[in-house]
Amino acid sequence: MTNKSENVLWMSGNEAIALGAYEAGVAVASGYPGTPSTEIMENLSRYEGVYTEWAPNEKVGLEVAIGASFAGGRALATMKHVGVNVAADPLFTASYTGVNGGLVLVSADDPEMHSSQNEQDNRNYAFAAKVPMLEPSDPSEAKEMVIAGFELSEQLDTPIMLRITTRVSHVKGVVEKGEPRSVKPVEELKKQPGKLVMLPAIARKRREVVEERMAQCRSLAETTPFNRIEEGDSKRGFITSGVSYLYVKEAFPEAAVLKLGMCWPLPENKIRQFAGMVDELYIVEELDPFLETHIKAMGINCHGKDLIPNQGELNTAIVRHAIDPASKSDLFAPVELPNRPPNMCAGCPHRGIFFNLSRMKVFVSGDIGCYTLGFLPPLSAIDSCVCMGASVSIAHGMAKALGDGGHDKVVSVIGDSTFIHSGITGLINTVYNDSASTLIILDNRITAMTGQQHNPASGYSIKGEAASSIDLEALCRAVGVKHVFKVNPHDVVETRRVLKEAVDLDEPSVVISEAPCVLLPEMKERKPVSYFTNQENCVGCMSCIRLGCPAISWTTFAEGEAEKRGYRKTQKGISKIDEVLCNDCGQCASLCKFDAITRGEGK
Amino acid sequence: MKDTGNILFSGVGGQGILLASELTVYSLLAAGYDAKKSEVHGMAQRGGSVTAQLRYGKKVYSPLIEPGGADIQVAFEMMEAVRYLPYLHKGSKVVVNTQKILPPAVATGQAEYPEDVLDHLREREIVVVPVDAFDIAREVGEVRTANVVMVGALSAFLPVDVANFEDIIRHHVPEKYIDVNLKAFAAGRKVSE
Repeated sequence: MTNKSENVLWMSGNEAIALGAYEAGVAVASGYPGTPSTEIMENLSRYEGVYTEWAPNEKVGLEVAIGASFAGGRALATMKHVGVNVAADPLFTASYTGVNGGLVLVSADDPEMHSSQNEQDNRNYAFAAKVPMLEPSDPSEAKEMVIAGFELSEQLDTPIMLRITTRVSHVKGVVEKGEPRSVKPVEELKKQPGKLVMLPAIARKRREVVEERMAQCRSLAETTPFNRIEEGDSKRGFITSGVSYLYVKEAFPEAAVLKLGMCWPLPENKIRQFAGMVDELYIVEELDPFLETHIKAMGINCHGKDLIPNQGELNTAIVRHAIDPASKSDLFAPVELPNRPPNMCAGCPHRGIFFNLSRMKVFVSGDIGCYTLGFLPPLSAIDSCVCMGASVSIAHGMAKALGDGGHDKVVSVIGDSTFIHSGITGLINTVYNDSASTLIILDNRITAMTGQQHNPASGYSIKGEAASSIDLEALCRAVGVKHVFKVNPHDVVETRRVLKEAVDLDEPSVVISEAPCVLLPEMKERKPVSYFTNQENCVGCMSCIRLGCPAISWTTFAEGEAEKRGYRKTQKGISKIDEVLCNDCGQCASLCKFDAITRGEGK
Repeated sequence: MKDTGNILFSGVGGQGILLASELTVYSLLAAGYDAKKSEVHGMAQRGGSVTAQLRYGKKVYSPLIEPGGADIQVAFEMMEAVRYLPYLHKGSKVVVNTQKILPPAVATGQAEYPEDVLDHLREREIVVVPVDAFDIAREVGEVRTANVVMVGALSAFLPVDVANFEDIIRHHVPEKYIDVNLKAFAAGRKVSE
């Protein structure tokens, strides 16, 4: 964030949402990290007078926000699109209870799956949960809409969903700063059982209120300035929302546009009016035919997914070519280059575990985090990955299907944060329903993939203040696991011994791999003494190379070079450690049998 | 005022391309342009190939550069200068740090780093501006200013005064590093002029 002038700021959509929530006087904000939503809460935690927290999962995060709203404060919950699946249970019923303080749920969707396991379109949640949804196109509008969201929420007595996508979250643009709203203190706590206790008899009454509210919201959708007709060439008219609006404006700058800033409920009269103004109507939206389906249900004829792709992100060129195929121009074809996929960092503790798993004959049930990168070669040691927490329960299910003796064929791996998010319930099931599978908890003391967020095991709050820290070993024992091992994953050989012992047991077991993430500030600040190769001892066995560490590289000998340099004639090459990249984990040294890798004296 | 300009930044996660793209944006905003910039966070940042897309002009709608639409590419690694070829057009300018970072398949001996990789650009009449950013940064006295060397080399192609960039550096760099960063900027700019 930087100041262009005093009131004009340059910021990302996520930073703008944090600023908007602050200006709207939000009292409590909770959520779980997930790309592309994470920076909203991180930025909001830096504003004075706003209570922020990382919850263990999205369901808890939304429930905390619902509680704050019940108490009369304005409340925000943030999460990625798949997080809303976890939070869907409270969401669907909060739609019935309504709110006291304004309640906004931000869903950050990830079309194209830049950092996600699916690209579900969360506009469907607004329809299904019967809550209004706002959808900004850029950072400036995101800020405006989060403020409007709180007001609308209180006016209509409903949670509001704000749906953003990666190209709003992680796009920077110019945003105007406003005045923070003076926060009225939370009034005395009032009991409203007829509104808040969702027993069937009361829920049936609230169900009617939901319909009345949505009817009220539909008429509001007709007049809100967020739904606006931009007049233009009426030969083609476009109905669009979110980032797709930006692509339409660039591809067809002269055309008439109906921009829907509120994408649920829809303004039927305005849509009919616009459809009547133009010769051909096009619906341009990313992912599902959400607007299209509802507009077609109004009996309005239009083009949509017959032309526009229903997978991945759109951009200006895709929109232009879909509608005007003749506008396609020749592009340079890509050149074939070695791929550069993301990789675990040099010194990453996960590598020691996956190196071992890649050499054991087991199916590895994986989970969501940096460690999913254990899938990539040369380790190639993840065999399934579905959703947060699934590793444990999937391994249990597999063990049951494989029957007697199947337990030593499957292990599950999960990070500390993901284990607390929803892996613990799977472990309880494993113990209760008795499958002897082995769970490996990769405890690196941080939620790493999303950029180092604290969690209930890290010992710090979102603001970096000391907090209670879960004892994972005690937790596993408390749910009934009798065999809990702890290993240092950097000692690759000893780790293998422990893993084998745990897998061979015919009772549930947990191996806790304990070593901090190398990206932790305290790990970056230390001056690691690096390892270096005594290249004269290297026999070219490639043991260290097979770790796939970015700090270790292989040089193939040219013909005759081995002999000339004093190596065995048949030696194919030598390995080398980049001492700048090396993070002092020692995994390679623990594997080298030829004393070719030794620890340095310091950098 | 120029209608729109499109700058593609590319490199390897962890090289600091975000900082270089930010300094560039600040100078364009100070010169009165509207701008939008798109970044990718999350999984791709772990040593993978990364980009940032910057668009500026009188009024910018889309945050994404169209294929074939990048006027300038600033590449922090040689192979990453070529990976996004479909975004370039004949006459595009590519300011490239002549550093090689070996991707995993190359480091483990399963693939080779392509020789003369920049020839792919030159063959297509793309203007290549090689910058030995690390050597230059080392010469000015601080190897960590390689980023700013690259911004200097880029600046020669932008409709922004040098003074404007210098103000931005003074404003955004800790005081004791201002001089060395100004030197790095000037040395980078000299490469392109």
